[in-house]
Amino acid sequence: MSKTASSLTLPDPKPRTTTFSGTLYRGNEGMWSWVLHRITGVAIYFFLLVHVLDTALIRVSPEAYNAVMATYKNPLMGMGEVVLVGAVVLHALNGVRIILVDAWPWATRNHRPLFWVVMGLVIALMAYFTPMHLINVFSPIEGGH
Amino acid sequence: MTTTIETPNYAYPARSRGRRGMSFEKAGWIFMRASGVVLLVLIFGHLGYNLLWTPGGIHAIDFGFVGGKLANPFWQWWDVLMLWLSILHGSNGMRTIVNDYVHRPRTRAIALWAIGIAAAVLIILGTLITFTFDPCPPNADPALLPSFCAEL
Repeated sequence: MSKTASSLTLPDPKPRTTTFSGTLYRGNEGMWSWVLHRITGVAIYFFLLVHVLDTALIRVSPEAYNAVMATYKNPLMGMGEVVLVGAVVLHALNGVRIILVDAWPWATRNHRPLFWVVMGLVIALMAYFTPMHLINVFSPIEGGH
Repeated sequence: MTTTIETPNYAYPARSRGRRGMSFEKAGWIFMRASGVVLLVLIFGHLGYNLLWTPGGIHAIDFGFVGGKLANPFWQWWDVLMLWLSILHGSNGMRTIVNDYVHRPRTRAIALWAIGIAAAVLIILGTLITFTFDPCPPNADPALLPSFCAEL
C-alpha cells in the first residue's frame, strides 16, 4: 500500500461455498483464531485465580498444601490438566501469531496459513506433553513423600 | 465488483495525527504483547520443570518439592514475575472482554471493579507468600519437608 494513495480499492469478499449452505456465518481462520484465543484466555484466567489460591496454602501448613495437591493427582483432574495445558499452548502460540501479524506485513498477508502452522505446532507440543503427563497420572504413587 | 473507499484518511492509521504518543489503551496493547512473550517462556518453563522433567511429574508435587523450589531465589523471582505478569495479562484480557460484551454501565463497572480487586488481592497475597515463606516450618512433620531441613 502506498503512503500517497488517495483511494483504497478492496475486492469484494468472496463467500466460501460449502456443502452446507445455511445462513450461519462460519468465518475463516482469522475468526476461529480470535474465538479460540478468547475461550482459552478466559479458561486460563479462571484456573489462574484458583492456582494462586491453592499455592497460597503453602504458607498455611505442609498438610494443607499436600491435601489440595492430592486433588490434582486424581486421574480425572489429570485429564483436565491435558486440556488446560492444551489451552495454554494454543493461547501462547496463537499470541505469537498475533504479534507477527501485527508487526510484519508478510505475516499479515499470510495470516491464514500461519493459523494452520500454529495448529500444527500445538499438536506437535501436545504429542510430546500428553503421553509423558498421562503416564505420570496413571502410575501408582510410590511410597509417601 | 469492487468497493472503493474515497480518500481514506490513513496510510498508517496507528501513526496518524492524534494517535501518536502514549495512551492507556496503547500502553495496554503493548503490554499484552511484551508480557505475552515473557509469559510464554516462564509458563513453558514452569510446566516443563514441574510436570515433565521432574521424575514423577504431577505425583512429585508436594510441600517438599515446592518448598525446595521456593527456597531458591531463582525460582522465587521466576514465580513472582510469572505471578505479576500473568495476573496483569489475564486481568487486562478480561477487561477487554467485559468492555466488549457488558453494555449496562452499572454492571460493567461492577465487573471491572471485581477484576481489579481480584488482581490486586492475588498479586499482594502471592508476592507476600513467596518472600515470607519458610520451607522448614517449626513443629512440622519432618517427613513432609524438603530434605535440606534435616541439616538445620
